[in-house]
Amino acid sequence: MTARTVLDAQDIDRAIVRISHEIVEANHGTDNLLILGIPTRGVYLANRIAQAIAKNNPGFELEHSLGRLDVTMFRDDLKSQPNRAISPTQIPVSDITDRTVVLVDDVLFSGRTIRAALDALVTHGRPKAVRLAVLVDRGHRELPIRADYVGKNLPTSVTERISVKLTETDEEQSVVITQ
Amino acid sequence: MKHLLSIDDVSKDEALAILNLATEMREVNTREVRKLPALNGKVVANLFFEDSTRTRISFEIAAKRLSADVVNFTAKGSSVSKGESLKDTVWTLEAMGVDAFVVRHHHSGAPQKIAASNWSKATIINGGDGTHEHPTQALLDALTMRVRLKGASDSGDLAGVRVLIVGDILHSRVARSNALLLRKLGAIVAFAGPSTLLPRTATTLVDEVYFDLDEALENSFDVVMMLRVQSERMNSSFVPNSVEYTALFGLTDERFENLGGKALIMHPGPMNRGLEIASKVADSDSSAISEQVSNGVAVRMAVLYRLLAQESK
Repeated sequence: MTARTVLDAQDIDRAIVRISHEIVEANHGTDNLLILGIPTRGVYLANRIAQAIAKNNPGFELEHSLGRLDVTMFRDDLKSQPNRAISPTQIPVSDITDRTVVLVDDVLFSGRTIRAALDALVTHGRPKAVRLAVLVDRGHRELPIRADYVGKNLPTSVTERISVKLTETDEEQSVVITQ
Repeated sequence: MKHLLSIDDVSKDEALAILNLATEMREVNTREVRKLPALNGKVVANLFFEDSTRTRISFEIAAKRLSADVVNFTAKGSSVSKGESLKDTVWTLEAMGVDAFVVRHHHSGAPQKIAASNWSKATIINGGDGTHEHPTQALLDALTMRVRLKGASDSGDLAGVRVLIVGDILHSRVARSNALLLRKLGAIVAFAGPSTLLPRTATTLVDEVYFDLDEALENSFDVVMMLRVQSERMNSSFVPNSVEYTALFGLTDERFENLGGKALIMHPGPMNRGLEIASKVADSDSSAISEQVSNGVAVRMAVLYRLLAQESK
């Protein structure tokens, strides 16, 4: 088994800062932004992106703009997977109608998680727009879904494994490809 | 886990997993769309040989919130009145493609019988069998205690919580399931009731047994759970009359006042207001009776999800 580090700790930090700038730029400011992380690592990345935005935009309030969205119950592979536990969903505002929601996940692969996330999101209301930010886009989409903000595009083969490690859960911080 | 027949089959970890899942299901009720697609296409049959309001409707709402289809079978008005047996009833419904049966039966052990037989491959959930068990009631009671005593987002057990269960313990499947589950979760459980309505095994089932309610209430319980006086099972003289029962074992206004609002009041329903529990007590701020009903939906969603979401076990 060969392992190759494609992003190190600093690369990840830089990608997060860049994505946070891109989000604010595309949104023409921070008005009505709602950043939602998809468990597990998407939640940590969403925290970091939101904090990076708050650092440069004093009007951006984390308590009204950062949340998490569990998609387990909306997955299309529940039948074949061992019983998945679900984790909390926290939407920090009661009405998401006027919000531009940015979904955050670590790796974009088949696109099925994001499909589930879109379905989960509509049970909370009808957002103005939904965007997608991912740390790594590894290709091999099975659905017509693309990311708006990408930390790194990584052409991979289907058999390769991508593991994202973040300091919140792991000892180190890196993105590693193993064959 | 394929079936939910008895709390005996549920480990502490499994019970906590169900309660924690139910905590997330409670949140679903606050969403704009209160429906999840997890059990889309599954068929849940409520197989009820005994009357019920909350258990049946609660299971029905829970299954529908998870997008399952629900069919309701009640013995009254069915071919059971023409003499069709339990076996043939299950067979018939199985032939129509039922994935899970929620079984309530007046005979103890009926759900176990169906699960152990080859009548059906479906998942069996015990919705209350005779005087044996009512596992989902115990789970919803545990969730209600945890939410009220430890907060809505707590994910731990009930270590050290003191629970007094009062009334007709002998005939109560709710008392039995609760005693098994709450002690598994670390709570200290006591029974109080007239000696004629306490099983001989009471001392092995719980930590403390009282024959005098006033004496029991002096022992600072966090939760007082009143049981219904089951007139349909009172076929011999267990208590002299209802007035005496209320005087000795009812949670009257006076007894409630002496508790000083320190204990959480619970009742599995249906209540006989004025018999085992005074009306004012049931409607007081200390009462968690309506929360028990709402938590019932969340707990049953969690149970259905854990038993049915996976294809083959």
